[in-house]
Amino acid sequence: MRPAHIALSVITALLGAFVLTFADAARLRTADEKTRVATAALVERLGLTDPVLFTEARYTRHPTQADLQSAFQDHPVAFEHFPSGSLIPPPAGILAAYESLDRKTTPSD
Amino acid sequence: MNPWIEKQRHLIDFTLASLSRRKAKNLGLLFIYTLLVFVLASVALYTHALRTEAQKVLAGSPEIVLQRLIAGRHDLIPPGYLEKIGRIRGVQKMEGRLWGYYYDSVVKANYTFMVPPAGSGMKIERGEIVVGPALERSRGLAAGNGISFRAYTGELHTFIVGDVLPETSELVSADLVLMNEEDFRAFFKIPAGHYNDIVLSVANPQEVRNVAIKLLTTLPDSRPILRDEVLRTYASIFDWREGLMLALLAAAILAFGIFAWEKAAGLSAEERREIGILKAIGWETGDVIKMKFWEGLLISLTAFLAGYIAAYAHVFYFGASLFAPVLKGWAVLYPQFRLPPHIDGLQIATLFFFTVVPYTAAVLVPIWRAATTDPDTVMRT
Repeated sequence: MRPAHIALSVITALLGAFVLTFADAARLRTADEKTRVATAALVERLGLTDPVLFTEARYTRHPTQADLQSAFQDHPVAFEHFPSGSLIPPPAGILAAYESLDRKTTPSD
Repeated sequence: MNPWIEKQRHLIDFTLASLSRRKAKNLGLLFIYTLLVFVLASVALYTHALRTEAQKVLAGSPEIVLQRLIAGRHDLIPPGYLEKIGRIRGVQKMEGRLWGYYYDSVVKANYTFMVPPAGSGMKIERGEIVVGPALERSRGLAAGNGISFRAYTGELHTFIVGDVLPETSELVSADLVLMNEEDFRAFFKIPAGHYNDIVLSVANPQEVRNVAIKLLTTLPDSRPILRDEVLRTYASIFDWREGLMLALLAAAILAFGIFAWEKAAGLSAEERREIGILKAIGWETGDVIKMKFWEGLLISLTAFLAGYIAAYAHVFYFGASLFAPVLKGWAVLYPQFRLPPHIDGLQIATLFFFTVVPYTAAVLVPIWRAATTDPDTVMRT
């Protein structure tokens, strides 16, 4: 067999496998659909807000529900002693939305 | 056979023969190139799948969660708040939630204690609990077993496990302990009428932000957290982790960039001589460039495809074992979950563009310069 044929066969096989990954992803997603629907239903029924990713502290277990100064809750410039603390960014979305809501509001009294 | 195709085949034959003359160097380049694509594709595939899964699962989380803050800290909602919220137009449904954390010194992890909302269809009797699958594993619990927790007051409370939540929902329920409202209030000494926070649903989804502003006006010590913010927080957490991983890889990417540029852009004396001989025996400049184009394309396309396929298998069949601790984090009670693949076509196209195109282009520039000069000069230099 000519080297060109071998090379083109390898590339064609790899291209085939590349296309197959998309088909396989669709298959796995369909197979997992039932689980995802059940999980989403549990989230809705119990009113859950966060996945159970880091259980070390309240601000890592529920980052979306943490106080605004969540990165250093114990006192300002306190060292973070949990591994997740150094990997989770300050919840920017919450901070931004909260600030803008806060500025639009006038105290009720 | 089409003469054009036949010509390309001959060019590929020649390219492969030329590559095999520097076998070790080219195989080394192909291996490192594939490894780099594998690492980058693994990070991209894993983070995108995790981000999409979190977004899909949390799509049904409460529309608004209302907390009360005192001195910047989350505090109990006192009686009367629900009535005040009830007067705000647009609020469709509201309910006080009872939930909190319990540190279990046996497994050195926090559990989330929670009372299921009234509309959840989950009725838990007094003295019973429903536990998450991680608790089942870590404490060896099963339905019918008893377990005691020491409350913060020092009293020991014993519960019977009524049920274990399904393993399939572990991503959101691993550390949950669901209990009866009276048991919860007795355990944490929370007086009747007080809640940890309030969940609200709004009649018109377009009005969520306006309702949140009204809530802040009516209850200035409160902090509304919108579902949209919950989803954005998770998107940013995984973006952050992806960025962190890429930052760690930046040195390796740069090193590869220099290596590939050196290999592709700088012609060795042997390659220069080869071009000179080809031109001397009658090859046209266009043919030399085409041959080198095939060389760049064959190496970079093989590396991209092999790297991406290996990354797919690594992430979705082997649980991304190489990078999972950095990308998903770790904890004592970590949920065991299988990530369904969600592939971002644009991300893969970007990876393709930034790996295949620059290398193929880098191969061509010096060749064009060498191939357009006189064969005699090329062979002599």
